[in-house]
Amino acid sequence: MEYTNQSGFRQQPNVRMRGTPTDPSDPGLLFDDTSAGGNKPDRSGMGKGPDAYPGQGLLSDPMSNLAMAYGSSLASHGKEMMDKNLDRFIPISKLKYYFAVDTVYVGKKLGLLVFPYMHDNWEVSYQQDTPVAPRFDINAPDLYIPVMGFITYILVAGLALGTQNRFSPEILGIQASSALVWLIIEVLTVLLSLYLVTVNTDLTTIDLVAFSGYKYVGMIVGVIAGLLFGRTGYYLTLLWCCVSIFVFTIRTMRLKILSEAAAEGRLVRGAKNQLRMYLTMAIAAAQPVFMYWLTFHLVR
Amino acid sequence: MAFTLYALIQTAILFTNAIAVLHEERFLSKIGWGAEQSIGGFGDEPGIKAQLLNLIRSVRTVMRVPLIAVNSVCIVLLLLFG
Repeated sequence: MEYTNQSGFRQQPNVRMRGTPTDPSDPGLLFDDTSAGGNKPDRSGMGKGPDAYPGQGLLSDPMSNLAMAYGSSLASHGKEMMDKNLDRFIPISKLKYYFAVDTVYVGKKLGLLVFPYMHDNWEVSYQQDTPVAPRFDINAPDLYIPVMGFITYILVAGLALGTQNRFSPEILGIQASSALVWLIIEVLTVLLSLYLVTVNTDLTTIDLVAFSGYKYVGMIVGVIAGLLFGRTGYYLTLLWCCVSIFVFTIRTMRLKILSEAAAEGRLVRGAKNQLRMYLTMAIAAAQPVFMYWLTFHLVR
Repeated sequence: MAFTLYALIQTAILFTNAIAVLHEERFLSKIGWGAEQSIGGFGDEPGIKAQLLNLIRSVRTVMRVPLIAVNSVCIVLLLLFG
């Protein structure tokens, strides 16, 4: 599922060495390949190097050709080395999966976060053992919404504090680190409890970060409602968003944590499943608590 | 509540220190949390208590040496910067 197109500087800017343009609906590709043939100037996904060199006249000179070739080979070598070293610490390729989203997915997911009651099938579809990229499956977790939600939450918090004349630039930093610390604490607690209950699940840490980050959407909606409609608006909207996030988290985590039979709704007795159900409910109940905790001081 | 990342690091260090100072013989065995009590039957899924004891024992084994380094750094920083 790797992004197969090469990126970086090209040696022959006039000839595009490209593979055949693949079908954009091919689930094997994370990102759409929108530059096909040699005609479309759009870059897909993460286009890295500049393609159209300004000033064709510069290239006719053989010396500058040589210099450009040397420079580009140096640059690609350095980039290779940096990529290799960076990949050891942060799994970049795994992160790419979480950002393979498109507008339709984001729209649907946001709708699902505030109104999860009509959705039927919560299972993540797989494609030969690997989960399908988020753009093809609305149930797959992504990191785009949490990251954007976090940043928007910081900005909205600044806005809210500004309307009460409590703003100063340091407040933004304090809010950001505070929310980040609570996120880290929550993810660590969930990891610890998953370890203690010995759940055999394919939830990775990044998945947990994604699920914990979905509550920022509800928080933002609540705070904005509070800004527009005062405290009652804030409480009502927050209540609605809390219940939605609760239902959303339960329905998503249930499939991941509980065993197959219990997740389908059939009553399965046994201490193990009961414990896992309690764990799911605890995780889901923590979300509204955090949502309230992180926003109540913003709305007066 | 204004939490900073530094507070988180401090909390983590304090927690890990707290787990590392639990003495095997003098304390854990006395309250029935010793290492030998956590070995359940093989094939039997370990319960929460066994997992917790495993966690405590592994934290103590793994984090002893790094904690020495981290604590020294912390002490020096606190001495220098208050």
